[in-house]
Amino acid sequence: MDLKPNEKLDIENILKDLDKYRPRRRGWIWRDGINEKRQLGKFEYYDMSKPLKQSQPLPAAKYFDNIDPQGKSTITTEIASGRFEDDIRRMRMAAWHGADHIMVIRTAGQSHYDGLIEGTPQGIGGIPITRKQVRAQRKALDIIEDEVGRPINYHSYVSGVAGPEIAVMFAEEGVNGAHQDPQYNVLYRNINMIRSFVDAACAKRIMSWGEIAQIDGAHNANATAREAWKVMPELMVQHAINSMFSVKVGMKKENICLSTVPPTAPPAPCMRLDLPYAVALRELFADYKMRAQMNTKYMESSTREATVTHTLNLLISQLTRAEIQSTITPDEGRNVPWHIYNIEAVDTAKQAFAGMDGLNEMVEIKRDEGELADRVRELKERAVLFMEEIIEVGGYFNAVEQGFFVDSGYYPERNGDGISRKIEGGIGVGTVYERDEDYMAPVTAHFGYNNIAQYDKTAIDNPSKLIGGSTFEDPDKIIYIDELDENDNVYLRLEETKELRNSSKLKPEMEWLGDGIVLMTMFLPAEERVAEFAALEIGKKLGLEDVEVIHKEIMQEAEGTRIELKGRVDFTIDIDELIIPPKPEVFTEDEIREEIEKNPMKVVAATVGEDEHSVGLREIIDIKHGGIEKYGIECHYLGTSVPVEKLVDAAIEIDADAILASTIISHDDIHYRNMKKLHDLSVEKGIREKIILAAGGTQVSNELAIENGMDAGFGRGSNGDQVATFLVKKRREMKNEN
Amino acid sequence: MKRKDDFNERRKHLAHLTEAQLEERFWQLAEQIVDPLVELAEKNTSPSIERSVLLRMGFSSIEAQSIVNGAIDRGLLGKGAGHIVYRLAKEKNMGIRDAGLKLVEGEMWEDVIEIFQGGGN
Repeated sequence: MDLKPNEKLDIENILKDLDKYRPRRRGWIWRDGINEKRQLGKFEYYDMSKPLKQSQPLPAAKYFDNIDPQGKSTITTEIASGRFEDDIRRMRMAAWHGADHIMVIRTAGQSHYDGLIEGTPQGIGGIPITRKQVRAQRKALDIIEDEVGRPINYHSYVSGVAGPEIAVMFAEEGVNGAHQDPQYNVLYRNINMIRSFVDAACAKRIMSWGEIAQIDGAHNANATAREAWKVMPELMVQHAINSMFSVKVGMKKENICLSTVPPTAPPAPCMRLDLPYAVALRELFADYKMRAQMNTKYMESSTREATVTHTLNLLISQLTRAEIQSTITPDEGRNVPWHIYNIEAVDTAKQAFAGMDGLNEMVEIKRDEGELADRVRELKERAVLFMEEIIEVGGYFNAVEQGFFVDSGYYPERNGDGISRKIEGGIGVGTVYERDEDYMAPVTAHFGYNNIAQYDKTAIDNPSKLIGGSTFEDPDKIIYIDELDENDNVYLRLEETKELRNSSKLKPEMEWLGDGIVLMTMFLPAEERVAEFAALEIGKKLGLEDVEVIHKEIMQEAEGTRIELKGRVDFTIDIDELIIPPKPEVFTEDEIREEIEKNPMKVVAATVGEDEHSVGLREIIDIKHGGIEKYGIECHYLGTSVPVEKLVDAAIEIDADAILASTIISHDDIHYRNMKKLHDLSVEKGIREKIILAAGGTQVSNELAIENGMDAGFGRGSNGDQVATFLVKKRREMKNEN
Repeated sequence: MKRKDDFNERRKHLAHLTEAQLEERFWQLAEQIVDPLVELAEKNTSPSIERSVLLRMGFSSIEAQSIVNGAIDRGLLGKGAGHIVYRLAKEKNMGIRDAGLKLVEGEMWEDVIEIFQGGGN
């Protein structure tokens, strides 16, 4: 299915024939064309991958031939609105900005759900990961990846008490990446540790068959520990346990990614703490991939502050390595992420990597001496000591029971506040069964003891031969369940938003179609608490519902507070009833420049009549403000309160191509009367046929200016580019007429 | 447990190692920690593992749940849920799916018990 850039994704079409959908591939795909230099626009890049076929470049790209450099790291965006049909649209937006790893967060509580969830129920803080939702999203990503011209990796979680089943479903459905780390189950989900490791081995073997890239769960210790920078030795231990366990059950090292976060954030001297850790980790795990996450531990409600921290995190990725660069939305500290902040986070990574391209050619880490070298060595030693003690106490399970993990002490320091779990405790305790001597499972990618030989010795290496192939060989054997809950499914939700999808009605939105959420930023000259409650009142008076202050920041205790306010509008706008003036035509900078170079242009400009306003005209002319001078147009500025006669005389004297008259004062239509006068005088002096006349001002409309003898009028919001475009275009027309 | 940072004392036996040796030690220890966990996983199974087997044999999540619960109730999970279905189909000359669906319906479990109490193969 081909999708045009100006066409919306059709959710109904994606849901159609889902039972027959088959994924087009299995396995993770890295970006193409890295480790080669490439020319993009005017620059040679060192670290960029193959560009996209279609994309949304950064705002400033317009100064650089609209290039959109794509770094070498796969960029992740995490999507978690709870409604997969809305998440699909966000995926497309993120892909256009440069994300090629879409991580779908699971609904709260799914890790304790003993089995697969089916259908499309709504989730909380994520979606219930079901076969139908996975299939629909993978199908949508097939369409989106064709559109942007780069494979997109789809990712979710193989954890909780249903890990092996989820792994099978993911392998069948072509999911490309997944979190899998039994330590996460044990420490953060209180799932029984024996069950977790037994399940994990099977899940990992299945993931290996599906070539699913694995991300571990170590980064959670950062987010949980009281002082995140002190768990660094433990983090390396957690990475090692999951990595080694994975390798031992058959996973390739190249498919194992370490989820690593720079532990600290400003105002701590985070680079000095985080960089040695990043170096130590990458050295110890040289054969493994790095999935660099951004810091979430020290995120407050300021999106600006989060963005700066995240940019410093990106500097560490650039200086070391990150095969996958995850992004955290800067609004995560204040709400479930909104569309626009997913895009901001992706852009932050894209922008920083483009800006730091080739930095490592000029800047080098002082690896072999000094503070960093000492710290790297120390971290490695502390990690080794941690593991020595695990063995001393009788192994991993005992260590967990004794609260070794997520202790806030900098190992070997211990503060006694670690997470302790009982070997004989937790969810799923007592649900592990010893395999009998005749235990058998006639399927592909099954880990562990499997007595196939009792039935067919020739099937030992291919157990599914016993049943004529499993679903991995024959996907037609998969039993697809559409919906189980008639009161909670996508069709009911789509019915509710039908009007917004199929009519000319439009409503603002942050996460779900039609949610009506808007964000307002304001400054209130009042102290914090007064400002907060005043802002709520302002929101109500503006007619917003569910008004909430989501961010406040003191500018100065007495002088005032910055407030960010969210609320909900309950009306829609009918776009068919909008009067939208045509978009002003603007030539490219190069086109205008070339024309002016070939045929130089002179203009005279002034504010006419008894009018002392000069700001607007200077904006249009001045090179400093991006005015027409920057194209090489010679401007003779005569000042303010200039009589119309003087303007015409000056134009004749220098043989100008155009007169630009600024006229702000508008009472009694004096502005239009001055335009008329300018026209009449030009006719009288015999220059009207060869000169361009344009007028501008806040109250000027193009139509009325033309009615009053001008060739064009420029109102509020006009800029130099528009005026230059007009001048070039008009002069061409006049030449053609002559 | 509470303990002051005794790193300088504790590290003495590591001090003479080169960094390469230190890294080697790191990975040896990792292996030592996970080996018993891998062995544990090889010898055991769980309801989720058995359901994952049944999924791969062409059963739905709901059907798999039902068969696995039936096997647990009868103390037969150690045989493997997929094994039970496979063996039933083989003995009764039925298709894999037909045999499994009988178990989902709560039927033919007596046959299963009889087959497996006969002693393995």
